[in-house]
Amino acid sequence: MHSELTDTTDHDDRPYPPGDLAIWVFILAELAAFALLFVLYGVVRAKHVDLFNEMQLTLDRNAGALNTVLLITASWCVARAVAAIRTGADRSSARWMACGILAGFGFLVVKVFEYSAKFDAGIGLDTNLFYMFYISLTFFHFMHVVLGLLILGFLLLKTLRGGYSADDHLGMETGASYWHMVDLVWIVLFPLVYVMR
Amino acid sequence: MKNRTFHLDLVWALLLAGTAYTWWLGDSGHAGTGTVMAILAIAGIKGALVIREFMALRGVKLLWQIAVFGWLLLVLAVNMAAYWKGN
Repeated sequence: MHSELTDTTDHDDRPYPPGDLAIWVFILAELAAFALLFVLYGVVRAKHVDLFNEMQLTLDRNAGALNTVLLITASWCVARAVAAIRTGADRSSARWMACGILAGFGFLVVKVFEYSAKFDAGIGLDTNLFYMFYISLTFFHFMHVVLGLLILGFLLLKTLRGGYSADDHLGMETGASYWHMVDLVWIVLFPLVYVMR
Repeated sequence: MKNRTFHLDLVWALLLAGTAYTWWLGDSGHAGTGTVMAILAIAGIKGALVIREFMALRGVKLLWQIAVFGWLLLVLAVNMAAYWKGN
């Protein structure tokens, strides 16, 4: 499927998104699920503005910002890995992919510390409406990061084994597209949940 | 290749700058409609950059672009409208 997309032309010249069509169907389904949660968040927040503003102040905004930096950086590294493999530079591609995985793993570490602080303080899904949304949204996203990292790990191993080349890298583009979706969702989540008041 | 990678590096720098500004707006206690509009506009620009340059949807068939850019616009517009209604 879309095998014509594995050439080395710049993405501007292509009629279809990079990667396999199936991943884009999956990406659109995932985006729809997150859209539903974001819309619900906005609607419920509008009915409980004072609660949401008060509870938002209890979040660690610095951790949220740091995680945004880590995910953006991971996405950039993955984009560089794809750019490198398009020229056949598989060693360089593997290095960029490894850096992307490192940044993505950093996101998980920061998030685990953030969750630990909240759970240690006795905060859970039933604390109030704000925390129900905070935990649901961020944990749903967290699981996507875990899946994304497993995919990136597979891509790295295959790259190290010479599995991708300038002429054949559809699999890497497919995995990279999923990872960028995870980044895109966090770019919306961070301002909505951590900053907007 | 060098042009392409410079392009990606530039996008990364812009995304970091947008994140820093959003963090500053929140950390300095800014609030209100103007601030929220700015925060959501920055999120929109950052999201559009990721969609266009990292997801590489720039130049693909219009339907694909409408689906993903439309998602971003919908989510941000609904939250802006909900903010107006709630405040």
